[in-house]
Amino acid sequence: MLEAIRQPWPWYVAGALIGLTVPALLLLGNKHFGISSSLRHICAACFPAKIPFFQYDWRREVWNLFFVGGVLIGGFVATQFLSNPEPIRVAEKTVEELQQLNIQTDSQLMPASIFSIENLLTLKGLVFFVIGGFLVGFGTRYAGGCTSGHSIMGLSTLQWPSLVATCCFMAGGFLMVHLIFPWLMQLF
Amino acid sequence: METLTKENIHTITATDEQPVVIEHPLECEAPNDQIARETWTSNLKYAVVGILFGIVFVKAEIISWYRIQEMFRLHSFHMYGVIGTAVIVGMISVWLIKKFNVKTLQGEKVVFHTKEFHWGNVFGALLFGLGWAITGACPGPLFAQIGSGFLVVTVTLISAIAGTWVYGFLREKLPH
Repeated sequence: MLEAIRQPWPWYVAGALIGLTVPALLLLGNKHFGISSSLRHICAACFPAKIPFFQYDWRREVWNLFFVGGVLIGGFVATQFLSNPEPIRVAEKTVEELQQLNIQTDSQLMPASIFSIENLLTLKGLVFFVIGGFLVGFGTRYAGGCTSGHSIMGLSTLQWPSLVATCCFMAGGFLMVHLIFPWLMQLF
Repeated sequence: METLTKENIHTITATDEQPVVIEHPLECEAPNDQIARETWTSNLKYAVVGILFGIVFVKAEIISWYRIQEMFRLHSFHMYGVIGTAVIVGMISVWLIKKFNVKTLQGEKVVFHTKEFHWGNVFGALLFGLGWAITGACPGPLFAQIGSGFLVVTVTLISAIAGTWVYGFLREKLPH
């Protein structure tokens, strides 16, 4: 049993479990699945700065912070106790294409050549952590949700603005990987 | 709260008898629609759901930067399978809740909201897409990556919080 859990889980198991988060949150207490809101509640709780967008009773929405706190702990538990001893298997074509961009595929979930502390104060760190993170935070809030709020919760409730948003999430990703990345990686 | 405008206030008919007024943050995609107040301990159940969710994120390697690269390079079906299955399971669940009028644990009626289109659904979504491909993470996986020991992602998270703050600051000036 533990052996099976330690293996990487197939997409249909993960997809089904993630999909079940929708009814779980609704039935546990009328909560709508959406993770990017947590970033906003942190702003509202810590530095609202009299900005109308952050003036609300964040304590009422604090469940979302409990949820993301849980996600962080879950990441720890899975990595410490249930992790796969084998190196990650990445599609060969992706490995080749990343190689051309000078990104080596190693055994962890994230490439060490990018996501390491040494890169923090370099141009690479500025792009991958600071600018990347900023786009995630700014973009999701401007879009009114992220992959969970729009793509999963929004599509589950048949909202067409969420379909528009999901298509644009994908379009932005394709644009970055195919048009901007080849140019961007020459900087490093 | 004094700064609340009419936009923030949703009147929902959460029980069959009387409408109840719930104050939401303006444009919140994940509001709390429960009439009963949550206590510190009752909020712990959402942490438990979060823990299970975080384990799935790591075990299905959804938090992996490589999986996101594979997705945008169309070299693997994995992420499409995950998101597609999640949407189908979510859709069936919502349909069942509506069809059988399933109540929450507190016996309240499950509330759904209709999203209004605005241009942020396009512009904001494109910007997020760019960031998603760079960081290999949407907001959920950011937390799971940190938990997994990629501590440098804390910087990404702080930057994402800053991005959210800047959106709030510029909101009136942006096209919607």
